[in-house]
Amino acid sequence: MTGNSDFDQFKGSSDYIVSENLKDAVNVSIALKRPLLVRGEPGTGKTLLAHSITAGLGKRLIIWNIKSTTKAQEGLYVYDTVQRLNDSRFGDRDVSDIKQYIKPGKLGEAFSSPERVVLLIDEIDKADLEFPNDLLNELDEMSFYIPETGETITAVYRPVMIITSNAEKELPDAFLRRCVFHFIEFPDTEMMEKIIRVHFPDIQQNLLRQALKTFYTLREIDDFRKKPSTAELIDWISALIASGISHEQITKEVPFVGTLLKKETDYSYFMNAVLNKRMNAYGIKWRD
Amino acid sequence: MFTDFFYTLKRRGVPVSMTEWMTLMEALSRGFIANLDDFYYLARAILVKSEAHYDYYDVAFQEYFKGVEAPAEITGQILDWLKDPINRMTLGKEERALFDEMDLEELMKEFEKRLAEQTEQHDGGGHWIGRGGTSPFGHSGYHPAGIRIGGESGGRHAIQVAQERKFKNYRSDLVLDVRQIKLALRGLRQLSRIGLEDELDLERTIDATAKNAGDIEMVWRRSRKNAVKVLLLMDVGGSMNPFARLCSRLFSAANSASHFKDFEYFYFHNCIYDYLYTDVERSEAVSTSYILNTFEPDYKVFLVGDARMATSELLSKYGAIYYYEQNEAPGLVRLKQVAEHFTHCVWLNPEELHFWNHPTVLMVGKLFPMFELTLEGLNQAVKKLIVKK
Repeated sequence: MTGNSDFDQFKGSSDYIVSENLKDAVNVSIALKRPLLVRGEPGTGKTLLAHSITAGLGKRLIIWNIKSTTKAQEGLYVYDTVQRLNDSRFGDRDVSDIKQYIKPGKLGEAFSSPERVVLLIDEIDKADLEFPNDLLNELDEMSFYIPETGETITAVYRPVMIITSNAEKELPDAFLRRCVFHFIEFPDTEMMEKIIRVHFPDIQQNLLRQALKTFYTLREIDDFRKKPSTAELIDWISALIASGISHEQITKEVPFVGTLLKKETDYSYFMNAVLNKRMNAYGIKWRD
Repeated sequence: MFTDFFYTLKRRGVPVSMTEWMTLMEALSRGFIANLDDFYYLARAILVKSEAHYDYYDVAFQEYFKGVEAPAEITGQILDWLKDPINRMTLGKEERALFDEMDLEELMKEFEKRLAEQTEQHDGGGHWIGRGGTSPFGHSGYHPAGIRIGGESGGRHAIQVAQERKFKNYRSDLVLDVRQIKLALRGLRQLSRIGLEDELDLERTIDATAKNAGDIEMVWRRSRKNAVKVLLLMDVGGSMNPFARLCSRLFSAANSASHFKDFEYFYFHNCIYDYLYTDVERSEAVSTSYILNTFEPDYKVFLVGDARMATSELLSKYGAIYYYEQNEAPGLVRLKQVAEHFTHCVWLNPEELHFWNHPTVLMVGKLFPMFELTLEGLNQAVKKLIVKK
């Protein structure tokens, strides 16, 4: 976009290839101080993006991994009542000082940090449907109140927020309205070549080409329950390089197919297809 | 007027809100964009919140910006024009609070009033892009330094990108997608206290401690978890083939929904007889009576099928479509057993409602509450499954 200096903050980092419009989306979100919601197929580098932004901006990264049991409150702070109760019994600590029993969560940590940090809320869709709604106010105001101590924690510096989602379910509208959204498309061959080269700078051109060709052919099969993605491709290529397989060999078969296809059904589907093809070559009909 | 773009988006089905529109105005006022390409991506990042709506956005974008096919660059003049009114739109905190209180209609009026304060640069009104050959988009290929069009998009212009409509497949109105099904299945929830006692019961702890003369007595309780168990019985093969994809979506949604206490599934062909199958090819059989004996009646049962078959398949002994099944009990009897054993059963029919006027469909429909396999139907079915009996 423009040469606006407070805008072009994020320029990508050497170990992560970022598309132009994703870079713009990141910068828009930084400049407008709004969370960036990133969605895309698993394995397209949503989480890595946060690491790359952190490296690119030279900030500290705080990661909040969301699980199905995570509650919004945990991100703010946890009041360790049990510890306090216990201390009151044995008189170890001064229990009238509630502060020491208030433990900041990831969001609380990001807010109270003395410098600007990058906060990654990873896989927000894993949590309960209501989870994002519970955070609306805190994200808007960048502050929260702790009734136990009467304190209000306000962000010293608004953290750069990256939220990832696997598109597993709809996020609430009110939450979406506050975000900048980017959908990471699956990279095309050209882009993928760049990505692979970041990971394997010395890879032979022939091998890379052939591997990509096989990979994209596999991806075109709609019947797979989970299509192989970038992460699987990288695993596969490192297996290919480690074993020293030549690129001619890949044209004939798919070695280490287990690194690409992770679901049993996909694997057996693929094996059947291969068998079918071979039998057809011998004029044997496998199945009608 | 530029606001028309807002309405165009809304008309084309992008759920844009005022909050987002204001954010876009703020972004524009701060000079983030240099050309229409930038605008395309900027507006998309801010206004569109789901890849399912990317296609609607593309359609709206094309409609609104048609006539600016080739030279996608915005001239300095139009840039100024853009920035000018928008600058005035940059709101202070109090002003924004004021805006929040107004309803949408009022807000739009206010918005237009502000924009109307400078109409001189605009050619005639009505549309942001001038009509009648006075398009402000120049052909001069203006490229201020620092403009990036290259990169991944390879210099393609916004309009062309929009025209490609490569997000067409993500549209959600085309089919019931896995996410929607999952969302509907989320409704299938009955929280009850089960499992380990891992939650401190504060109330009772205080009570117990008080009774204990102040010596601490902890009381734990079980946390609330979803107790719903789901059994999915699917008709496969034959007349169900056209719906295979839809059914597999339902399956993958249910299978990956993490909130069920238990999820089991079996397959059948046309009707349930003496055996159910654990695989689509129907090679691994489990006897129906075994299932009825081992599954508790509180499993919520989804039966999926078109229920369309020859009447003999449903009503006769040995009526199964495959001769080797040799069913001793007519299909209807088996279905009745299922309906009687489980307290909550629904039948999801992928065929549309107006095809249901068929003897076997009607008979099956008498045994099980039948719903269409659509988002609407699924939601109704889920409601039916969680009512207390």
